Formats: sequence, structure tokens, C-alpha cells
Amino acid sequence: MAAPLALVLVVAVTVRAALFRSSLAEFISERVEVVSPLSSWKREWLKAFHCWTWEYLHILEQYFMKVSFCHPGWSAMAQSRLTATSTSQVQATPLPQPPEQLGPQTPLIIYLFHFLIDYAELVFMITDALTAIALYFAIQDFNKVVFKKQKLLLELDQYAPDVAELIRTPMEMRYIPLKVALFYLLNPYTILSCVAKSTCAINNTLIAFFILTTIKGSAFLSAIFLALATYQSLYPLTLFVPGLLYLLQRQYIPVKMKSKAFWIFSWEYAMMYVGSLVVIVCLSFFLLSSWDFIPAVYGFILSVPDLTPNIGLFWYFFAEMFEHFSLFFVCVFQINVFFYTIPLAIKLKEHPIFFMFIQIAIIAIFKSYPTVGDVALYMAFFPVWNHLYRFLRNIFVLTCIIIVCSLLFPVLWHLWIYAGSANSNFFYAITLTFNVGQILLISDYFYAFLRREYYLTHGLYLTAKDGTEAMLVLK
Amino acid sequence: MGLLSDPVRRRALARLVLRLNAPLCVLSYVAGIAWFLALVFPPLTQRTYMSENAMGSTMVEEQFAGGDRARAFARDFAAHRKKSGALPVAWLERTMRSVGLEVYTQSFSRKLPFPDETHERYIYWAKDIIFLVTEHDLLGTEAWLEAYHDVNVTGMQSSPLQGRAGAIQAAVALELSSDVVTSLDVAVEGLNGQLPNLDLLNLFQTFCQKGGLLCTLQGKLQPQDWTSLDGPLQGLQTLLLMVLRQASGRPHGSHGLFLRYRVEALTLRGINSFRQYKYDLVAVGKALEGMFRKLNHLLERLHQSFFLYLLPALSRFVSIGLYMPAAGFLLLVLGLKALELWMQLHEAEVGLEEPGGAPGPSVPLPPSQGVGLASLVAPLLISQAMGLALYVLPVLGQHVATQHFPVAEAEAVVLTLLAIYAAGLALPHNTHRVVSTQAPDRGWMALKLVALIYLALQLGCIALTNFSLGFLLATTMVPAAALAKPHGPRTLYAALLVLTSPAATLLGSLFLWRELQEAPLSLAEGWQLFLAALAQGVLEHHTYGALLFPLLSLGLYPCWLLFWNVLFWK
Repeated sequence: MAAPLALVLVVAVTVRAALFRSSLAEFISERVEVVSPLSSWKREWLKAFHCWTWEYLHILEQYFMKVSFCHPGWSAMAQSRLTATSTSQVQATPLPQPPEQLGPQTPLIIYLFHFLIDYAELVFMITDALTAIALYFAIQDFNKVVFKKQKLLLELDQYAPDVAELIRTPMEMRYIPLKVALFYLLNPYTILSCVAKSTCAINNTLIAFFILTTIKGSAFLSAIFLALATYQSLYPLTLFVPGLLYLLQRQYIPVKMKSKAFWIFSWEYAMMYVGSLVVIVCLSFFLLSSWDFIPAVYGFILSVPDLTPNIGLFWYFFAEMFEHFSLFFVCVFQINVFFYTIPLAIKLKEHPIFFMFIQIAIIAIFKSYPTVGDVALYMAFFPVWNHLYRFLRNIFVLTCIIIVCSLLFPVLWHLWIYAGSANSNFFYAITLTFNVGQILLISDYFYAFLRREYYLTHGLYLTAKDGTEAMLVLK
Repeated sequence: MGLLSDPVRRRALARLVLRLNAPLCVLSYVAGIAWFLALVFPPLTQRTYMSENAMGSTMVEEQFAGGDRARAFARDFAAHRKKSGALPVAWLERTMRSVGLEVYTQSFSRKLPFPDETHERYIYWAKDIIFLVTEHDLLGTEAWLEAYHDVNVTGMQSSPLQGRAGAIQAAVALELSSDVVTSLDVAVEGLNGQLPNLDLLNLFQTFCQKGGLLCTLQGKLQPQDWTSLDGPLQGLQTLLLMVLRQASGRPHGSHGLFLRYRVEALTLRGINSFRQYKYDLVAVGKALEGMFRKLNHLLERLHQSFFLYLLPALSRFVSIGLYMPAAGFLLLVLGLKALELWMQLHEAEVGLEEPGGAPGPSVPLPPSQGVGLASLVAPLLISQAMGLALYVLPVLGQHVATQHFPVAEAEAVVLTLLAIYAAGLALPHNTHRVVSTQAPDRGWMALKLVALIYLALQLGCIALTNFSLGFLLATTMVPAAALAKPHGPRTLYAALLVLTSPAATLLGSLFLWRELQEAPLSLAEGWQLFLAALAQGVLEHHTYGALLFPLLSLGLYPCWLLFWNVLFWK
């Protein structure tokens, strides 16, 4: 099995290397779909860190101010505002303030690239490869666990008698890890974000390693990687719950409020997680001798000051809003990421990896500066749920919607920014459609998963009370 | 959402789509064409009106009195030009300085991908506060624009500009070949089908009416009577001419290059025909003066009026919201066909979509799902590679071709283009392998499904940026694409597919264009024009960045090859 994986890796690296050398690289690295202010990687930013002293920070401050004003999106926003105010549909609101302190990159990343600045292309290719390898081994292990569990339940006669066709076979499960690696490495979204050197690739690697270590059952490493991922982009915080659930399941500890073992393990895991987070944050403090990076990075993520258009839901909404409502709506928008964790944890208590998949998707949809790289991470999991295929209802329509939107992003951007014949509403309409498509796709998977579980225990051919065939309806 | 998750209604909808697919497709196609034809009738076509306040409410009184001087300059210019055989730069510099203008000259050079013999020489006056006189067709305009905006998008080498004004708000390119005109023809279509803001055209039209000038659009006078059938029919001719011109993506006049820099621009051509009544330069000067003085009132860029429109006459327009459904209906055909194929494939695969829908043992999920996708990779890659060859080889291989065959470079490019195009028809359709024995139809159905989605995506994106091109290609390619299958009257399908291939569409468009201009082509002329158009297409891609050639060679041609592949699936 190692040979096909190696082949996929070689193909993926070749494609990336070719694109890095082509004239497209520069074009891609300026696409708003691929890089966000949070993930864009500017060589100049890092050059400025060559001398790591306190004085440098002031120069940097000014530099960031300049960078954010020169950002292509800013002129676009200013343009759209001009149009908006001149047609007097919208009250004039002040332009969003540029980030005032340190750039929105975490200190460790900047420190890392301080050494690797000349090998950036290599680094981004390696992180992609590492993500794929981590996912490959994680899913390989996960499939073994799933198969074992299924065997156990079959022996215990837990399944309904007529569900033979729903039972998964080793034959069909054999190529799933390879497909996962393939889906991640050759997904155009991943390739684009690698070529754009979006630091999203690094966040994905951390999350992939968190998944790998969780599935391997190492609570300590899992906590460290989760802390690193949280440190990088804050939102992976929500993955704590599925991670914990999986580790509990692995150690056969029942998730019960009264169980002592449950509380002890949860406490341990939480402490490991918080401990590593504190260590990492303190490390950053010692690097910088200042706490400025906390408001600069996490304040930047949470309060959404940069309204450069992206594929998310935030920018347009906050560009059009009266200033004094924005705090309330920032809270409402941000709560979306965290809000679904608890109901999902209750519903998917027994299936933490599926829960993790849904949660990663939710982060990719509702985070404040999403890029296509985030989307690519949860898309890599689609082959794992191949067995849900027959229960998916709208996969064709939704796939088409997502492909169409991906193509329309650059077209409408061109019409808006370059041709001047469309405006921001056109672009936002596509981001809305794209996100609705993603939400429907995820809920389709969710529903399919629940249906399969239901059929497994209740039998595939249900009859209603009056003897006719029954149907499951989602209400 | 109810429709998406309620199984009963879903099944009803699915049945409807499957059973009524053919009539729905035909209906949708006919509706698309009919909608387009209906665009010329009054409720859909509206009168143009001035949206920009700064230009609408204020009055301007033209005082242009330099008619005689202009005539004298024109005669002098013609004499000097005849004497020197080239643009009399020194004389121009001297004269323009004598009337009190700042004068600068700029030299430029540009290496063409292959030599081109058809450059015509005009004098263009692109004027804002700036008078621009250029040489060598549009190349001079492009060189100046790039230098002015300090960018280099086409690999032009030119000397830097010494004089600059601010951001240019609007430009009017003037092409006058004599000092008297019978009418003024206005051209709006720019590079890649971009159009100027409709207000600029409205402005021109206002002053034409005021000065009593005879104005034409696409060389056609505007019909007076829109209530009877004659007016709309004449409007349809003008509309079709505009669609063909916009679809070509060529800059029709040097204004076409300004649009890329977000400078609203149009070209005015002085026509001197055998008409009785002639206008002198005073009338033209007055109209121009009026336009510039109104533009002078502008406070910001022209943005109030439409950027996306079609013109059935100078004073009538159709806005994007009204013409888009025509393309939408045509694309719906592809969507319906794709949906039908998907349902057939899905049924064959899963056996029963709903557990309990059709009772009985279903076919166990075959592993052919993966194989089915894998078998598509070869045809997709091969047809895409053909497209890449079509894009790259003609220009790369011209030197080899001229060494071995007695042809000039331009001819070599065109002939290589045609050769690769034709070779594509023979190549890919014997590459696929047998997919599965139990469901032999699945292979071609999957390929056709992919091809349909691919085509719909491309046409949709094209129609958004350049409606005319998207609509034209959809009209021709959609029926053949929907019909293509390896059963039934294959020869008929093959003929239809060949007739609607991108190259055939281009040839057909040329004939239609000349027919509408009332100058019909003979077959031989048509062929010559076709070859010239191919060469121009390639050249304009390399010189100005026109997108038609890469779109056809990298996007639509490979897609069309996929349908060809479906047709000859064994």
C-alpha cells in the first residue's frame, strides 16, 4: 500500500513544483479565495523579522499599517463604499481600521519562517505531504477500529436481520486511506492554497496530526497538537470535544455523568491541553517579550477588523453595518462555530470521528477568514463516508453548486474589480451560494449517517403500522 | 428544503424530470431562442435615458467655430502625409504646439508572434484633455495606454511618457478619413466584449439629435416605428450584428483598449458615402465639443447607467436582467440532460434509491463506481492535451513549418491550427476501455455527464462576462451536445456535431455577419475570411490579450471532443 501512496505524493509534489515555477503562482497568491489576511504569507513581513529585537516591532507596526492599506482588497472595499454611499442606500460608515499592532500571524510561525524563509516552497510542499500521510495512517487505523466494532456488534446480534447489504466489507474499505490522501493532495483547493503559500496548510497539518494521534490513542500528543492548532487559529478549540470522546471510547470509559473514570480522564485531558497551550503562549511571550500578539492575532480573528472580501459570510455583512451594532453581530456570527458543538456531542456521542468531520466542516464554513484550504481539509474525509453514498439525497446538485461557485468566484471578482461592470453584491451572492451549498452538503452527510444507523438497528425494510412501506422523514 | 428532504415529493419530481425530459429540453431550447428574438420588441427593449445627473440636467451651448481651421489642418496633414509616406510627426508636433498644446512623442516597439500584413493606417484622436495621435493600428494606442498607466501587460517596449494628466474619465476615438461626412457610425464593442457605460452612448446620441447629425449603429440607421413589425425586425438585424461583433472579442476601434483600464470609451467613424447631404467638420466639431463639455461636468466615474446591455438601435437597449434568461433557458437544457443521466446512472448503481421504494433484493453495490471514474481520466486528459496542443503548437511550430513547407509564417500558423483541430477528431475516441460487462452503457453515460457539466460551466462563465459569445456558442453547441449518444442515427449526430463545433460556428458567424451587412460572401471568400479571422484571433491574443482563442482552444474544443468521444463510444 505504500507504493500507491508514494506515487500520489510524487504526482502532488510535481504538480505543485510546476505551478510554483509557472507564472500562475503570483496570480494565485493574490486570489482572495485562497489567501485571507490571516493566512497570506508575505516574504517582506518575515524579512522584517531578521533582526529579532524590540525596536524592530515599531518599524513592523508601521509596515503592517502600510501593508493593509496597500492590500488589493482595501481599494476594492473603498470602491464599493463609494458606490454604496453615492447611491445613498447605505449610511457612510468609517472604513474598517487596519490591524494596528503586530500582523495577524502567530509569533511561532513568524519565528519558524525566520529560519525557513528561503525554503518556503519546500516547506509548504512538505506540510501538504505530511497532512496527507497523517490522514492516511489515521484513517487506516480508524477503519480497523470500525471493522472490529462492526464484527463485535454482529456477533452480539445487535443489528437487524435484513441489513446484510449495509455491512461494510474489508474489500471496499481497503482503498479508503489512499483515497483520503488522494482527495487531500490532488484537490485543486489544496493545490491552490499550497501554491499561494497560505499558512492554512500548516493549520491543516496540525489538525491532521491531532487526528492521527487521537486515533492512535495517545492522549498527551493529541492534547499538544490540539493546543498547537488552537494557538494557530483558535477555532480548533471546538475539536476538544470529539477528541475527548474518541479517547474515552478507546479506553472503554462510558460517557456518563456519574462515572468517576469519565471525570478523571476528562480532567487529565483538559489539563494536558490547557497546560500545553499555556506553555506555547508563554514561549511566544518570551520570543517577543510582549503580550501584544494576543490582541493582534486572536483579537483579529474574533473582532473581524479586516473586511477584505473572502469566501466567508462576514465581510459583506460587517462592511454594510452601522458601527454600533457590530459588536452584537460579531458575537452572533462567531457563536455559530461553537454553538453546534454541544448538540452534536449529544447526538454523535458514539461516533466521535464523524463528529470531528462535521465540526471541521462547521469551522471551515463559519470561521471569520475562511479560505479554500479549510474547505479542502474536510473534503478529504469524503471517502471515509463512502458507505453513506446510497443515503445521500442531493449529492449531485450540491457538487454542481460547489463547482459552479468555485468557478464563478474569479469570474465575478473580475467583473467587479477589473471590468467594473458588476459590484460587490454579485461576488457576495456567490459566497452565499457557496456556503449554503456547503451547509446543505454537510447536513446531507449528517442525515445520511443518522439514517444508516437507524436502518442498522431497525432493519432496512420498514413497514408502517398500516402495512405499507415506511419512509424516514427528517423534520 | 422541504423539496430536498421530503421523499414523496422528490420521487414525483424525479419522475417528472425523467419522463418529460425530451419535451422539457426542446421546450427550454425553443424558449431560449424565442426569448432572444423577443428582446427587440418594446416591452423588453427600453428607451435609453441619461442616468448621470451631472450630465443630464445642465445645458451646454456649443461655440465651435474652428471648422475652417480644422479643414485647413486636415488638408495640410493629408498633403504632408502623402509627401513623406508616413505619419508626419514633425509637422504634427509643430502644428499642435502652434495652437498652444503641450506636445510629447513616444516611440514603441513590439515583437509580434508572427508577421502580420494587414495593418491599416488610420489617424486616431483619442481625446480627454489629451489629444492622442497614434500609428500602427491599435498597437500605438496600447503602447500609450500602458505607458500612461505604468504597466506592462502585453510585453510592449516603449519609451516612457513625458506628460501625464490624472485618471482618464472618458475617451472618444475619432476615425475620420475625409473632411466631409455623411454620417457618423458609433462602435461600442471593446476587447473581450467589454462595453462602455451606457451613459456615454446616451451622451453621444443626445448631441447627434441636437445637431441633427445622421448617426448609425453597426452601419444601420435606427428604425422610427417600433409599433409595427418592421421596426423590431430592423432592430433584430442590428442586435445580431452587435452580438456577432461582441462575441468576436475584438476591439472594434481603438476605444476597445481603453475599456480595460476602466476608461469609458467609444469610437466614432466618419462615413463618407454617396448620400446627398454632407456635414462638414463644424457639425462634427460641435457634437464633440458638446460631449466634452458635458463630460467636463462629471464629478466621478460614469457608473450610474448600465455596463451590460445589448443595443437593437441607438436609442433602445436591453438590460442584463432581461437578456440573461435567454442564455439561462439554453443552459437549462444541459442541466436537465445531466440530471436525467445522473438519475439513470444512480438507479443502475444503487438499484433502488429509497429502501422500500422498490422492494426486492437490490444489486449489491458494485465496485465499478471507482472504475467508472478512473475510465474517464484517459479521455479527459487526452482531449485536454489536444486543446493544449492547439493553443501552443501553432505559434511554437511556425518556424519548423516554414522551413519544411513553402508557406509564410501567418499561413503556417493557420494551417497548423486547422491540422491539429482536425487531428483531434481522429485521435481520442479509441482510447477508452471496456468498463464493465454488466452495464456497458455506464461508460459513455458517465463521460457524457461530465462533458455536459463541463460545457454548462464554461458557457455559464462566458455568458456572464461576454453574453454574446456565451449565447452564440450555447445556441450552436447545446442541441448537438444534448443529442450525442452512441446509438441511433450516428451519422446524423456526427454531422450535427461537426456543424456545431467551435470552428464551424466561427465560419457560420462570418457568413451570417456579411449577410446581415448586406454584403453576402461567396464560399471561396468566406473561406479566405475564415483563415484571416483565425490568424487575427491568434495574433490579437498575443498582442492585446484577447481571450477568444484560449477560450476556444483550451476550454470549448476539448469539451467538444468529449462529445465526439461519446458519439463513437464502442
